[in-house]
Amino acid sequence: MSATTTHRATTGSRNADGTGQQKSALAWLTLPAVIFFLVFAVVPLVGVLILSFANWDGIGAIGAAGMENWTSVLSDPELYNSLGLTFMIMIVSWLVQTPISLLLGVFTAGTQRYRAALAVLYFLPLLLSSAAVAIAYKALLDPNFGLAMGLGLPFLAQDWLGVPQLAVGLVIFVIAWQFVPFHTLIYQGGVRQIPKSLYEAAQIDGAGTIKQFFHITLPQLKYTIITSSTLMVVGSLTYFDLIFVLTGGGPGNSTRILALDMYLRGFRANLMGPASVIAVILVVIGLALALFLQRLGGKDKQGSQLEGM
Amino acid sequence: MKQFQSSRRSFLALAAITPFAAMATTACGTSGPGSASGGGASMWFLSGEPNQTTIQKAVDAFGAANADNKIAVTYFQNDAFKTKIKTAIGAGQAPTIIYGWGGGTLKSYAEANQVEDLTSWFDANPDLKNKFFPSSFGAATVNGKIYALPNQYIAPIVLFYNKNLFDKAGVQPPKTWDDVMSLVKTFNDMGVAPFSLGGQSRWTSMMWLQYLLDRIGGPEVFKAIFDGKPNAWMDPAVIETGTKIQELVSADGFIKGFSSITADSKADQALLFTGKAAMMLHGTWTFGAMKKDGQNFVQNGKLGFAAFPTIPGGKGDPKNGVGNPAQYMSISAKATDTEKETAKKFFKDGIMTDTVIDAYIESGSVPIVNGIEDKLASSPDKDFLNFVYDLGKNAPNFQQSWDQALSPTAAEALLNNIDQLFLKSITPQQFAENMNATLGK
Repeated sequence: MSATTTHRATTGSRNADGTGQQKSALAWLTLPAVIFFLVFAVVPLVGVLILSFANWDGIGAIGAAGMENWTSVLSDPELYNSLGLTFMIMIVSWLVQTPISLLLGVFTAGTQRYRAALAVLYFLPLLLSSAAVAIAYKALLDPNFGLAMGLGLPFLAQDWLGVPQLAVGLVIFVIAWQFVPFHTLIYQGGVRQIPKSLYEAAQIDGAGTIKQFFHITLPQLKYTIITSSTLMVVGSLTYFDLIFVLTGGGPGNSTRILALDMYLRGFRANLMGPASVIAVILVVIGLALALFLQRLGGKDKQGSQLEGM
Repeated sequence: MKQFQSSRRSFLALAAITPFAAMATTACGTSGPGSASGGGASMWFLSGEPNQTTIQKAVDAFGAANADNKIAVTYFQNDAFKTKIKTAIGAGQAPTIIYGWGGGTLKSYAEANQVEDLTSWFDANPDLKNKFFPSSFGAATVNGKIYALPNQYIAPIVLFYNKNLFDKAGVQPPKTWDDVMSLVKTFNDMGVAPFSLGGQSRWTSMMWLQYLLDRIGGPEVFKAIFDGKPNAWMDPAVIETGTKIQELVSADGFIKGFSSITADSKADQALLFTGKAAMMLHGTWTFGAMKKDGQNFVQNGKLGFAAFPTIPGGKGDPKNGVGNPAQYMSISAKATDTEKETAKKFFKDGIMTDTVIDAYIESGSVPIVNGIEDKLASSPDKDFLNFVYDLGKNAPNFQQSWDQALSPTAAEALLNNIDQLFLKSITPQQFAENMNATLGK
């Protein structure tokens, strides 16, 4: 607390000295960021909003459509199928990835050599692009030429990408395979920030490893969990490349999540208006989720977790 | 508090940007050359042998003869190309030469004034116009004007079969739908998949519907659909087609996992020539690919071919064919005049030279040029080539592939519904109703 007060005091005195000019000069430094934000976020957002009220096939002239796109998309059962699927994948992905990355993060945070060696292996999927991951899995799981046939493992010889339920499960698995390393990295950093003295004190009080995990590690990781969850949840709205290459939304519409639905409508069916409607829906959901998760952390963001240290 | 607000804002920004980032990275990655430098022209073409080599040689030969008017080619996979070219045209970044399959897609380009009207140019070059099968100009014509040069070869869909497996089973290729269903049982009992299919590409499954609908209801049914007549999809022949498809799927007619196999990977062809599947309904262009990849499977005469079986009581002529009457090349209206001139010169002197025609015949295709009967007869693949030539040239009706004939919007809905029909997640009745809603779109 004392550090903040001194900082405020110095800023205040500077202003009092009449160096407001310096402050405005500093404001100019944000200009590149502001321009980037305007050009790459605000302008496209406004463009998509306008397009959602327009008729456009992506090639010819743009014409006004009024509310037509909105009514047609909102009355399309496919939208609700995609929406439900998106949330289902989001929730299941969170449920699968969070415990795994949390435990792996705690494990790799240890200082032993073998843990460091294993950590390198765990982080390997981070180096691969989504398209490469998808192509590799597609080849490995091919029911006729894949791993199962090569190694003679009948239980692997399922039609993984051809049966709707299996395909959804597989998509969630491959997403987890790809993103767990990233979240493990976040948790590893979080765990290493926890002061050793807390554990030492707990040990003196007679707390075992499991008790220490639930009473020290987990509460101390509160904000790490929120950060990781926000990235997972908001990120899952935009899963596209992996699913596009792996299943293309199929079989049928069983893996056609919202982002993919937007692409297929816009760039395959040449319906840019309805695709823009979906883009707007995605923005609204993304904003709402990010805000919700921020609220979850409590208003007292500055509140210390190290009270009394 | 200050810190809290800024972090919230950055999350807002993150949330706001991400959908567009997805859109931008997936679609607008126009890394290909928009236009070639100097007096040259650019062209996008499909990757994959044997055609990639044939086209590259033609382009190289044209470049050597016209040092100032070189053509720069970029190759893309088939399914990726179809999306990329549309996006590029919409963004004004199209290559000079736009490759395609004519029909509804070409119509959408022509109506948006994105491709050059070549009618008068063809009138000025009657020799060139008369060089090609007259039937090949149908899908290049929009509202009476020619917007594309027909080229390459005629590509009907035919029934391929593995002669080794047929000999082993002691059976003949199917002549009727009843034969098909009994062969399905025979091969399943042998532990071999009856039909190979790359179902994830969806247009592969569409070929089945095209033939079935033609055999059952005749070409008039699709003609009505194409013309956007009210309730054209609700024709009983459409329902019967869907029912037959689902019967075949239920009888395990298609290889296990067909809905996750893509045509671009050529796994469907590999299944046929490695003996994992007995038959495959596919375009004649796969003949050349199997000849190249199949380890002498084609060269040793093990690849059989037949016309699509007849349906008892069906109205369609069994000689009717479906497929691509030709492939097409248009010139971008956004190209510079010199680029357009180079492209026209290439159309005239570079693309269908004798060397190129010979290369197509060599790879097992029938070029769309008149007077090649002798060349076909002297080829080692003459049986196949003559079969294709008859199917393509003498068919009473040759239906262009639906996904190319229809508008892109209707085509995407069609492919999506076909996928669901094959998965049996919709009934034939629902299929017809869903498609009926797309009429006129």
